[in-house]
Amino acid sequence: MSHILSVLVNNRPRVLARVSSLLGQRNFNIESISVGQSEEKDLSRMIIVTGGDERTLNQVSKQLSKLIDVIEVRTITESTSVERELMLIRVTSEPNVRMEIQGIVDPFRASVVDVGHDSLMLQATGDRAKLDTLTELLRPYGILEVARTGVIALSRELNQTSLTTVI
Amino acid sequence: MAPQLESKTNSIGLDEKKYTGSEILLRSLVEEGVEMIFGYPGGAVLPIYDSLYDGHVRHMLARHEQGAIHAADGYARATGKPGVVMATSGPGATNLVTGIATAMMDSIPMICITGNVPLSLLGTDAFQEADITGITMPITKHNYLVRSIEEIPTIVKEAFTIATTGRPGPVLIDIPKDVSQAMSTFTYPEKVEIRGLFQPEAPTDVQINRLQQVIQQAERPVILAGGGVVRANAQAELIEFAEKSNIPVTTTLMGLGGFPSRNELWLGMPGMHGTYAANHALLECDLLIGIGARFDDRVTMGRIDKFATGAKIIHIDIDPAEIDKNVHTYVPIVGDVKQVLAAANETLSSANSSNWIKQCDDWKAKFPLQYDDSDENGLKPQWVIEHLDETTEGKAIVSTDVGQHQMWVAQYYQFSEPRSLLSSGGLGTMGFGFPAAIGAQFASPDRTVIAVTGDGGFQMTAQELAVVALENIPVKIVIINNQCLGMVRQWQEVFYKERYSEVDLSGSPDFVKLAEAYGVKAWRATNKEEATQAWKEALHHSGPAVVDFWVNPNENVYPMVAPGTGLDEMMMGDEEQ
Repeated sequence: MSHILSVLVNNRPRVLARVSSLLGQRNFNIESISVGQSEEKDLSRMIIVTGGDERTLNQVSKQLSKLIDVIEVRTITESTSVERELMLIRVTSEPNVRMEIQGIVDPFRASVVDVGHDSLMLQATGDRAKLDTLTELLRPYGILEVARTGVIALSRELNQTSLTTVI
Repeated sequence: MAPQLESKTNSIGLDEKKYTGSEILLRSLVEEGVEMIFGYPGGAVLPIYDSLYDGHVRHMLARHEQGAIHAADGYARATGKPGVVMATSGPGATNLVTGIATAMMDSIPMICITGNVPLSLLGTDAFQEADITGITMPITKHNYLVRSIEEIPTIVKEAFTIATTGRPGPVLIDIPKDVSQAMSTFTYPEKVEIRGLFQPEAPTDVQINRLQQVIQQAERPVILAGGGVVRANAQAELIEFAEKSNIPVTTTLMGLGGFPSRNELWLGMPGMHGTYAANHALLECDLLIGIGARFDDRVTMGRIDKFATGAKIIHIDIDPAEIDKNVHTYVPIVGDVKQVLAAANETLSSANSSNWIKQCDDWKAKFPLQYDDSDENGLKPQWVIEHLDETTEGKAIVSTDVGQHQMWVAQYYQFSEPRSLLSSGGLGTMGFGFPAAIGAQFASPDRTVIAVTGDGGFQMTAQELAVVALENIPVKIVIINNQCLGMVRQWQEVFYKERYSEVDLSGSPDFVKLAEAYGVKAWRATNKEEATQAWKEALHHSGPAVVDFWVNPNENVYPMVAPGTGLDEMMMGDEEQ
């Protein structure tokens, strides 16, 4: 079972190394990790997807909290959060199958961002499952390259369950 | 006498005088109350050693960086103040690694200062360059690479704050050579705010009430006190807590001295080489109160399924990450052990434990630690330790290396005061004991400091004899000499069908002659009579002394619990194998 951790860290050299080194040292598995600017000027937010049971998750959070460069650790539950990932994928695409591929891309609200002689580059966003599905559908055409950002996520506003279904 | 720094810096910035980075570093250390640096010079720290030449801070020149850092560690363990060690870049820095890991595992506050190549050469594989911040990331509480001279005061202040706040630990500061050579004004910050530093809060009434409630319901309670009690200077509070609640106490290796061994409620050390009473109390208790202990595998044997199975566990610890790490906790209390115990003591009343105390006393009487003390086939190491205890009334500072002699010290030296046993409990570092004793003696010149070591461990840092000889540091070095690596030999005997692979230390030097070559007085003893005489002379000698006790090499440490078995499967002696 995988869990999402939202970790607020100092935006300083080597912080990513500290976090990933700790996860490795404690034998915690990382499925994905993404880092970027947070809402505060000198802080970055890391979104870590990690495997393991509740107890492992608990230990990961506590051990991460011990790092001086870690300001805050929160667990994000899938049911009450918005989870997104960006994928760029280049598929083989002879001119005769382009329309067919377009037909796959549309329902996923993905878009074509580069066209070559024999290939297309697509951009897609969504949760992990959606991107996995799109990848599988494109596989028969020949996948040349894939780059994914790893998951980012934010918790939905608390006590507003009626709103959460809208988006 | 070292000249004093002429003036404190002016906090409103009137002091426009410029200092080098290394002067700023030393001034910052002085601001933190540092009186002693243990170290070894080299190219990248030349500017700092040049500033040291002015004599602001006392420096002990070790003969190996590992000796320097264990000495700083011993100083910290004996005083509770951070130990400060300094080494050059590259090999100087990497030679500190074992000592940093040793301090990290035992939660010892340390400031490790390393030089590095100039900023412009960082990352170019320059001469004596090592990425010491990268290397020490997992074995420091935090570390810094100083990138500009302006950062030095803040980083030093932060480093001391981090090393001593909450659960203590080592902090490393890596200073490129051009940073220590640069010039700037100096202002030392009064305090620093470190957002990511965990500071435990005072215990709440709810927690304290819960603690007392659970104690009242218990019939077979036991306290497991660890190194946290020593680190928190909470011996008095623990004694009051145990006596008021009438709960017996077992102290881990790191907790020895945290509760007086001569107190009636003491059960001895638990675990792999623990006493029958301590281990059976842990097995049969209905309430286990862990205080500053982390339930490691030398206590639980890694068999949580067989450890305190019928007990509710209360866990008092300063580090939230220790709660539920190894055992499931019924009542967790995160906080400073001293503060929590003091709060609990205010209203604590006795548990309903009189029958249980009788049971524990019965175990103590029936299954005491024992050995045959005949010196027919060489001295008994246990007897040597008991003799040290008797002649110093359990009041010396005793450091150890790792292995059989370490366990015998833990079993047979009756520690009465905290910060008296200096031992590498977590990492299990051979070569630790002797340099740690030097550091402790610097900190406590008036106390008897004994380094108990083996013929194996002593050879890992014996070069520091030069330091004790030169500075006339009156450390007493006790070598429990069985001419082999005793604990490894014991395991090979018990678990590897007596296939003694690479444990014979024949070829070791004559330790008496070795000591004398350094100018240190030395004795040898092969029986009780010689031992008594030699130790008497060594103890009363005003300078450093080495006593080489030739002990029976076949002696094993008992009781013993085999790894992977439960505490109920204790081997009490050789005859049981």
